[in-house]
Amino acid sequence: MDLLNSHLLSLILLTPVAGALVLLLIPRDQVGALRWTAFIASLVPLALSVVLWLNFQPDIAGYQFREDFLWFPLVGSDYRLGVDGVSLPMVLLTALLAPLGVLFSFGVQDKVKAYMILFLLLETGSFGVFMALDLLLFFLFYEIGLIPMYFLINIWGSANKQYASFKFMLYTMAGSLGLLLATQVIGLTLGSFSIENAVTAWPAWSGTIAGLSATTVRAIAFWAFVIAFAIKVPIWPFHTWLPDAHTEAPTAGSMMLAGVLLKLGAYGFLRLVLPLYPVEAAAGAPVLATLATIAIVAAAFASFGQSDFKRLVAYSSVNHMGFVALGVAVAAWTAQHGGAQEGILALNGAVLQMFNHGLSAAGMFLLVGVIYDRTHTRNLDDFGGLMPLMPVYGGLLLFTSMASLGLPGLNGFVSEFMVVRGAFPVFSVLTAISMIGLLMTGAYILYGIYKTIYGPLNTKWVGHTSDISAREVIAWAPLGILMLVLGLAPNWMVSVINAAVARLF
Amino acid sequence: MTFPFLSVITFAPLVAGLGILLLPPERKDAARTTALVTAAFTVLLSGYLYFAYDQAAGGFQFVEDVAWIPQLGIRYHMGVDGFSLPMLLLTGIVLLTGVMISWGIEDRAREYMAFFLILSVGVFGVFAALDLFLFFFLLEIAVFPKFLMIVVWGYPKTREYGGMKLTLYLFLASLVALVGVLALYAALPAGARSFGLLDMAAANFSPELQRWAFPLIFGGFAIMGAIFPLHSWAPDGHVAAPTAISMMLAGVEMKIGMYAALRIGVYLLPEGAKFWAPVIVAFALVNVIYAAYIALIQKDFKYIIGFSSVSHMGLVMLGFATLNPLGLTGAGLQMFSHGVMTALFFSIVGMVYDRAHTRMLPELGGMMQRMPWAGIAFLVGGFTSMGMPGFSGFVAEIPIYMGLWQGVALDPLNLPGFMTTPWFFPLAAVISALSIVITAAYILLAVRRVFFGQLPAQFADLPDVSALDKTALVLLSGLMIVVGLYPAIMAPLVESGIQPVLQALGGG
Amino acid sequence: MSPELVSLTWLIPVPPLVSFFLIILLTNRSKALSHTIAIASIATSFVLSWIVAFAAFGTPHFGAEDAIGALSVPWFDVGSGAFMMGVLVDPLTAIMLFFASTAMLAIFVYSVGYGNYGKKLDPHDKPGWPAHNGVDPLYSRFFAYLSLFAFGMLVLILADNLLLMFMGWEVMGLCSYLLIGFWYARKYDDPNKITPRQAGVKAFMTTRVADVIMLLGIVYLYFATGTLSFREIMFAQEGEMLRHLASTPSIVAGLSQASLVGILVLIGTIGKSAQFPLHTWLPDAMEGPTPVSAMIHAAAMVSAGVYSVIRMYPVLAADGLVAHAAEAAGHAAEAAAHHGPVITTPMGVLAFIGAFTALFAATIAVAQNDVKKVLAYSTISQLGFMLAALGIGGYVAAAFHLMTHAFFKALLFLGSGSIIHGMEHGAHHAHDHASDPQDMRYMGGLRHKMPITFVTFFIGGMALAGLPIVTAGFWSKDEILLDAWLHAPAVFYTLALAALLTAFYTTRQLWMVFFGAPRSPSAEHAHESHWTMTAPLVVLSVFAVGAGWLNIPADFPLFGQLVASLGLEPGWLHHFLGGTLVEHPETPAFTLVPLITSLVVALGGITLGWWVYRNAWKTSSDVDPVERTIGGVIYGLLKNKYWVDELYDVLFVKPAFWLGRVFFTGIDKGVIDGFLHGVAWVSVGVGNVFRDYFDKPVVNGASDGSGVAVKWAGRELRPIQTGRVQQYLIMVMAAAFVIGFFMWAAR
Repeated sequence: MDLLNSHLLSLILLTPVAGALVLLLIPRDQVGALRWTAFIASLVPLALSVVLWLNFQPDIAGYQFREDFLWFPLVGSDYRLGVDGVSLPMVLLTALLAPLGVLFSFGVQDKVKAYMILFLLLETGSFGVFMALDLLLFFLFYEIGLIPMYFLINIWGSANKQYASFKFMLYTMAGSLGLLLATQVIGLTLGSFSIENAVTAWPAWSGTIAGLSATTVRAIAFWAFVIAFAIKVPIWPFHTWLPDAHTEAPTAGSMMLAGVLLKLGAYGFLRLVLPLYPVEAAAGAPVLATLATIAIVAAAFASFGQSDFKRLVAYSSVNHMGFVALGVAVAAWTAQHGGAQEGILALNGAVLQMFNHGLSAAGMFLLVGVIYDRTHTRNLDDFGGLMPLMPVYGGLLLFTSMASLGLPGLNGFVSEFMVVRGAFPVFSVLTAISMIGLLMTGAYILYGIYKTIYGPLNTKWVGHTSDISAREVIAWAPLGILMLVLGLAPNWMVSVINAAVARLF
Repeated sequence: MTFPFLSVITFAPLVAGLGILLLPPERKDAARTTALVTAAFTVLLSGYLYFAYDQAAGGFQFVEDVAWIPQLGIRYHMGVDGFSLPMLLLTGIVLLTGVMISWGIEDRAREYMAFFLILSVGVFGVFAALDLFLFFFLLEIAVFPKFLMIVVWGYPKTREYGGMKLTLYLFLASLVALVGVLALYAALPAGARSFGLLDMAAANFSPELQRWAFPLIFGGFAIMGAIFPLHSWAPDGHVAAPTAISMMLAGVEMKIGMYAALRIGVYLLPEGAKFWAPVIVAFALVNVIYAAYIALIQKDFKYIIGFSSVSHMGLVMLGFATLNPLGLTGAGLQMFSHGVMTALFFSIVGMVYDRAHTRMLPELGGMMQRMPWAGIAFLVGGFTSMGMPGFSGFVAEIPIYMGLWQGVALDPLNLPGFMTTPWFFPLAAVISALSIVITAAYILLAVRRVFFGQLPAQFADLPDVSALDKTALVLLSGLMIVVGLYPAIMAPLVESGIQPVLQALGGG
Repeated sequence: MSPELVSLTWLIPVPPLVSFFLIILLTNRSKALSHTIAIASIATSFVLSWIVAFAAFGTPHFGAEDAIGALSVPWFDVGSGAFMMGVLVDPLTAIMLFFASTAMLAIFVYSVGYGNYGKKLDPHDKPGWPAHNGVDPLYSRFFAYLSLFAFGMLVLILADNLLLMFMGWEVMGLCSYLLIGFWYARKYDDPNKITPRQAGVKAFMTTRVADVIMLLGIVYLYFATGTLSFREIMFAQEGEMLRHLASTPSIVAGLSQASLVGILVLIGTIGKSAQFPLHTWLPDAMEGPTPVSAMIHAAAMVSAGVYSVIRMYPVLAADGLVAHAAEAAGHAAEAAAHHGPVITTPMGVLAFIGAFTALFAATIAVAQNDVKKVLAYSTISQLGFMLAALGIGGYVAAAFHLMTHAFFKALLFLGSGSIIHGMEHGAHHAHDHASDPQDMRYMGGLRHKMPITFVTFFIGGMALAGLPIVTAGFWSKDEILLDAWLHAPAVFYTLALAALLTAFYTTRQLWMVFFGAPRSPSAEHAHESHWTMTAPLVVLSVFAVGAGWLNIPADFPLFGQLVASLGLEPGWLHHFLGGTLVEHPETPAFTLVPLITSLVVALGGITLGWWVYRNAWKTSSDVDPVERTIGGVIYGLLKNKYWVDELYDVLFVKPAFWLGRVFFTGIDKGVIDGFLHGVAWVSVGVGNVFRDYFDKPVVNGASDGSGVAVKWAGRELRPIQTGRVQQYLIMVMAAAFVIGFFMWAAR
């Protein structure tokens, strides 16, 4: 138990790796053993995360469950871990989605061993980002998550996987170049990569790098950070890698990609950009808000214009993450120009929206995967009237779609309401415009339903499609339950987030 | 006098090599086994030294020092510090893995193994030598077997050309450097003339001398490190050489150049180094970007790796040029990391070529299905080379870049103005960072064209790599991951190793 | 009202929700169990509602600050505070609970018969298609949806804050989508005829347009006041909050915060209550099963729209408070003498839209032949009445008409369902597939076939037409006209005309359906519906008459005293509802003109209708007499609803698809990815340039060219096997010698 208290985060972080190592030892033809080992290896972190959640005290300021070991003394970077009210929900989300992804991936037949190992590594990478309290460590996990994702797309992807995986990898790496350089500068000037230290020291730092004044350096570094995270979120116009990646990725891959990996970017904004660059962020807030609004609207329309079901959902991610970005922008602005109430609301909303989108997007991709596994097409025009063939599936799709559409009573609405509430007084016009996006969200969601489960039955599927299987339902159920719970009674999570967020103002 | 570890490590391969030559030609396995055992022995020994070295004490340890040619002030002086130990270990590992993956060679296997071992003698020795004459002596010893192996076992189409080109370049390089060293030797007060590294370091030469001698010595050795525009021997030579030699060349030989450039050039001529640092940056920068771009468009698998080596050596030079702890340590780490990485690359290229008998990307594909171990190992190497966090490349590049950001205390000098501005080094950091993306691009493209995609019909039943190959692959990729995940295993050692240099530079 | 009771009110919406999940998750297979659960749940809610409602009716001065029942819990934390959510029972709530729960119960029961319960599954019936003669394949699901709908409605009624109300509002939006599109697989031969699933999407999207704007209003109100609780906003310190809202300028120039919020919320209602210009979804919503039409277009959703405006009325009218205050400050005498409310900006908008829609929809209704379409447009028109009433300050009148309308319109819709059902049965019986069972032209003479339906439908129709004295419709409509006459003559005339048309088209409908001779085999063989359908009709018809007596003005000649003598309180609704406002609206004094007007329009309309249609429609192919008189062009214009749908299609729907393609193909694929690929292309180009124009020619060229030795060696060393490596060794020796000499010299 003592180990639990002192190294809980490390345990959560490293269990999947341990699981992956165990998988290495299992012969490749023992498919069953491989699957179950992976599943258990991903369940343990979930259990531990629940423990973490229960033992977490929202009222205590600062990070909890901290760990600090020597790692790379030369450059002043250590293995520093810790969680607070902002990262905790993300850890929980990751821990939740991973087992569901594994469970869904029981359907994978090809190279099960490699698949499961990569999936577990992906989980660890995501955990790391949310736990790291060291810039270099943060960057390490931030990048290392790309590798498993790259292969999940590249090996288990569909037709256009080569292009998609290559674009995904290269685009994101290129995006994080600036982040890397800026991180180095911070580490160099402050002599340490500790995030906590940087939060206080970096905004106050007044030296020169390359003969540039501190202000200039910060301004440049700020945009370097922003672009890196904007690509990950993704914020318009840096989003085009996402639809390709999503469309090609295997279902569970998409679940993690939309559910967790996109959050890395948004989390970067919350954890790094806002505290490290208060002034610059306030200055850049209008730009960010504008891009976010464009993302909300443009992605909604683009999603509406799809004939590929999965791509439709992929664009919906861009659309939903736009609200996160909007919330961040509001927080950045209000932190400097007053309006704490708006800022807190917007930020609460943004974090909650990250969690909610994690649920709904994962759920949507799961369901798209279900239908794809049966029909081997994602083309909306090939479906139609599947309701009588797969009634349960139809119900789940309706439910999840409504959550994603932001129907009050389900999770999405709460966070979107908070963000809009925070944003409207600050960026009135932009928020008003973003309402068009909210409108079109309804349009493309209903369009998707309209084309798949409704309408006259497309007879070619009769006898070729079974209803959603028990395993798939079980993989979906936790998501669905949480969508409803968070929609009706969000406070068990909001109170945790709020306690942390309120301290930023 | 303690046990002469260094001499043993250095000359054990020589003994073994000669022994092998005495074996009857048909007893190939005996030859191979001997080579393997010897190599393993060197690895163990250098590994022992690596961990036995007392960082707290620092300085040169396991020293052996006996007079050799007293009248010329030449001594048989050996010793290692935190900077040379990783190189020693690297040499051992490359030697071992080289033997492993050369197991399949049937054509005059006896001579092959013998020469390979003998070749390594020079390399080991160079890293241990503390006497410059001894240094050059061992350096030249290595040249002959190298040349021979390229032209005998090399890639038939280009072996003469490649071998000759490489040999001449290296010869030229050592000659230029030698001239510089001799100049220093001559500058020593009569009577106190010595080739001892430490003696020379103590001599602190006049700034003028340093300024004109530095280009000779550093430049000369930099040629061995394939500095632009004298880099073309590297790709051509590597492509021409048989796999094991390519590993040795790219993995270690180029490091010798860099090692000496620091150990002799910067260490002995700090003023010169300070004077020329910006110029080095300029050239190194071209290396990094230029070679990366060329690698991007190569169609020949082996050429890609060849040029990527050139590109990465540029980073080492950049590290040196910073003349500060971060940069130098980073450079040291990069030398080790790149050594392991490129050895891995060439071994894999060899494995693919030995089976597919082509290196042309368009003709390859789907190799992952036939030789998954090679594929995965190549990916590990690839991530290392694109500086992916969690692999040794990242650990090495971070300090280099930070060193560049830090810049260098330049004395006012008559170089082009822009080179002395405070933003020159940081700019170099930013520009060279581009290479990370380009590297990622050509690595991923190579991976995609060789290991993924459609497996050509004629390769449908290629054999997988042998158990020994796998061992070698695991060994090499393992090292990169270990250092990448836990840099503390090597960084402090290297850091301690560069302390003398820093003192000489007046910092540290 | 006792606190225990209040603490129970939150239970009211729960049973339907439970029923929804029970049916969906468990009992879906058993139709009997499903409808039992559903009806039990709504019955429970009904009973609870009535208990609460009558407890409220019985409370003296209910609605005054202290006598309100409210209860709330923190919903999410914000900074140091929290957002509270809870239930509120005030007079308005009580009234809504009273009639909404009643109507919904009736509809639930009715649905049993409508779903052909008891008959066995017809093998020809496919899920997602209307059942021909057997029980509906998706019978259970229908009740699940209905339950969820009821839940939404009850939540909306009981909400103590705007956000919770909005949540109930949206849940109903979802259900209307699901229920309108209930026959999701249905397809018509005529491609231009809208299918149920399209109608569902249309309804959801049209209302969503309004909802997102309303959401803005909500967040802005939250921003301006820091709360969304009705009590805090509208009653705290005698309306201090309202004065604050009214006196603070908003982000939109010229509007006070109150006005801006008012207008934004108002737009939400325009969507939900299908007012012009967002009315188009409602007629198409008739694609849904008839109980749904009743549910959506009478009892629940559209009423919810009006309810929300009534609820928000204090905010809409807030500017008035300030104006009054100003006058009071200025010349007290006049302020004292002042009568009636100040018509604020949002109220003006409301009045205009309401009045316009009332007339606009009425004209369309005249030219419809689909029995349900007529009712649909009449609903739009009647809602217009209510909104117009609110717009001119007729707070109570609007609520009154809302209630009466809920009763008689529910009655009418269920009646029409019964008619259609009878026709379908007839069609099935006579194998008549030519005649559309919903088209009134194929009906006629049904009064003999379906007596109960006829009587009840007739009562409903008369209520709608506003048959004087006996029907509830008359009283409420008269109330509205009275208010209009006092405060806004223009509105008065418009509404009067609309009322005339209402009476006219109602009579037309009654005539076409029930009188004359049957005009199709279906009508011949039609017969009365199952008791589960007719019983609700009877119950509702009672209310359609009786509800009017709740608010007969005390000074109304004869009847005022009559009511009083019966022990009922004249003008009771006024006193009861008045408590919900800060400034109690004074009962408008009795005036003759509006009374006479409403008598004239009602009777006149009915007579005119009877006169026009008395010998029309001998056969189903006859031309409508109105068409003959006003000419085909105008009639066509009405028949085609002024081509509004077609206009919207061009203005909004097509552009949406077009934009979708632009953003995806044009911008993402074209511009952005184009740029990225360009970058890649360039870097490859750079690589080629380096290699082909520098590395090969210059770097290699130099070394090869200068290195004659290389060529020489390449030539000389080819026969390497012969072991002529000596040459190389010689070179080394030579070098060594030179060096040695140099060193010796240097010594």
